[in-house]
Amino acid sequence: MTDEFYPSVDGIRAPDPTLGKSVQPEPPVEPVAEVAEPEPPPRIRRQRVVLAEPSRSSGSLRARVELEQQTSWGELLIKDLIKIQLRSGLALAALVVALLGSLPAVFFLWPGFTELNFVGIPLAWLLLAVAPFPLLFGVGLWYNRLAERHERDFVDMIEN
Amino acid sequence: MQVNPWALTSVGLVIVVTYYLGRRTSRFARSTHDFLVARRTVRSRRNAAAISGEYISAASFLGVAGLVLKEGADALWYPIGFTAGYLALMLFVAAPLRRSGAYTLPDFIEARLGSSALRTLSTWVVVFIGVLYMLPQLQGAGIALTAIMPAPAWLGAVLVTVVIATNVMAGGMRAITLVQAFQYWLKLFALAVPTFILCVVFFGTGGSGSAGSLGQEAPPRFTDDTTVTIETDVTLGVAQPTPVAVDGADELWLPGEDYSPPPGSELVFAEGSRVPVVDDGALTNDSWLRPTENSTELLTTYSLMFALFLGTMGLPHVLVRFYTNPDGKAARRTTVQVLLLLGLFYLFPVMIGALSRMYVPKLLVTGNTDAAVLEVPAAMLPGLPGQLLVAVTAAGAFAAFLATASGLLVSVAGVIATDLLGGKVRDFRAATIFVAAVPAALAVLLPIEDLSLSVGMSFALAASTFCPVLVLGIWWRRLTWLGAMAGMCVGGGLVLAAVVLNAVSERTGGWAPWFIQQPALFTVTAAFLFTVIVSLGTARRVPDDVNAVMLRLHAPDPLGFMRDRAVARFGKAEERVRTGRGRHRK
Repeated sequence: MTDEFYPSVDGIRAPDPTLGKSVQPEPPVEPVAEVAEPEPPPRIRRQRVVLAEPSRSSGSLRARVELEQQTSWGELLIKDLIKIQLRSGLALAALVVALLGSLPAVFFLWPGFTELNFVGIPLAWLLLAVAPFPLLFGVGLWYNRLAERHERDFVDMIEN
Repeated sequence: MQVNPWALTSVGLVIVVTYYLGRRTSRFARSTHDFLVARRTVRSRRNAAAISGEYISAASFLGVAGLVLKEGADALWYPIGFTAGYLALMLFVAAPLRRSGAYTLPDFIEARLGSSALRTLSTWVVVFIGVLYMLPQLQGAGIALTAIMPAPAWLGAVLVTVVIATNVMAGGMRAITLVQAFQYWLKLFALAVPTFILCVVFFGTGGSGSAGSLGQEAPPRFTDDTTVTIETDVTLGVAQPTPVAVDGADELWLPGEDYSPPPGSELVFAEGSRVPVVDDGALTNDSWLRPTENSTELLTTYSLMFALFLGTMGLPHVLVRFYTNPDGKAARRTTVQVLLLLGLFYLFPVMIGALSRMYVPKLLVTGNTDAAVLEVPAAMLPGLPGQLLVAVTAAGAFAAFLATASGLLVSVAGVIATDLLGGKVRDFRAATIFVAAVPAALAVLLPIEDLSLSVGMSFALAASTFCPVLVLGIWWRRLTWLGAMAGMCVGGGLVLAAVVLNAVSERTGGWAPWFIQQPALFTVTAAFLFTVIVSLGTARRVPDDVNAVMLRLHAPDPLGFMRDRAVARFGKAEERVRTGRGRHRK
């Protein structure tokens, strides 16, 4: 798998942006391009998108290679990311389980609770039939923000 | 059973539109990659609608309202669990699963643990869960069709099977994505509109006064002289002495006794008399209105929550839709939107269920509570308006059967085509025929059970087999294939044992305690325990490439570590070069 990846590193590094529109043919792609006639135009365009991207420092490249090769530093980096993602997932799951899981216990331990009404509708029905859905959606949104922030931070750290 | 021409027309329309949309979108489907994962080009908004559409099965569309009618507040846990399952899926599975680049659940397991034996085992578990889940969909279609026209029960099952098999054979995942997204909105509409109209009727006719009766310490009442025909074996109980005429002979039913009128007998109740309730339902309205108050039910509720919360992530037809997203971030965003769409939908079946407690109490006598959604509009609104609303809900019910069954068909056919056959498009089509034929035959031959019952067992089975492998596989480096296999065997075996014991106890007097009726609390825990213990005991078997796999699962998408295993295995040469390394959006 690592063998596969090296050409790509070269592919990113090889062209100089000042070369303008000259296209560097990629060795493994070329023979196929000759066989399939209608393919070349889209591939040239696609290649430019890929090439335009890494105006990164060599530091970023080194970080990516270290990640890929699983040096002790790279392994530590990814372990930290996994840990922080897992921790936020577990924290939010615990929050939801605590809130929803306490409902049956409350109904059980405090029967008077089920007699309460809110604008004519039993409070228990509102808590069970309506309230959980905004809660679940809200927690989902929250986790999405957290997870995307962690990933952004990770990418920023790798690239700088 | 008289013919409702409007309902027949609307069901016909749903089938035609389903076929047309599938036909249109499957023109683009050519390769295995299209058939398995729709070329991984489904954007999060459409995928969210498709996932919700596929997930709202007969058990949700018909079953939830029926359970609310029968059990009241305790049934409200079903929609909560159905939705919360997606939160668990999002927190622990969605993005890493998509980044693995796998194309089926067994493929993910092999990618992570590198064992072909485990892959074969999980293939069979996927097939088993898929067929188990498909069965109630097809049987539900039979029930729904007999409710709107005089037809034998097998006709609905065969009809649904033919429609979905045609679509899936034409385009696989490509064909069903748009169809399922459309069917979500159709189902939402088909339940929301009748609910609004019936609520207006309810308050407009001064029904809010009679709503007070829902809090009384008494069973519901019949609002007219009612004749009920018993069609299946039921055991009825009453909370107050109730006069009833069984086949013309007057009787007085007393509380505390069980009554089992033979199938085919006619019960006549006078206006205002109290309604007997099938044995596992809530007898009086105040017990219906109040949630759990005894400890056994409390534990059953927790066990059910456990099954639903962790079972969703193990359902093959749910997971397969997540592989169609372009990347891990999109998979996560999809799930957030699914939470919104499901939350919106589940408000309505609950309201319909509550209304049906007042207007169609006879369903409590026949035990056919799953028909509540289809019967309550006609009971509340006589004449044409009622028939039109029945037509709308019947269309929604058919959309539910079609969407869920087609999702299951694609996921199971994909697994069989890639694991047991060669993985070409031709193999996928052959697998589709096979996978469609088996549940259809079973649905015709087996007796019809409660819709939600076998779905509940599918969730328990999914939670006890795939949930530990997925969660531990994604977050725990020391998992080994032996551990995963031990967990799957123990969890799956325990659930199956519970199913068998449950069936035996139902025929011999219902002695089964709560942890056999709802086993997830113990089976899932046991599966996790065995997975961890055996993994620790076989630490030498931790795969060599575990670090590389973990990197691929968790590295953010922009770093481009994702590999597409479907392209690597089935793609053409140039596709492999293009997407085999580096990033691959589309």
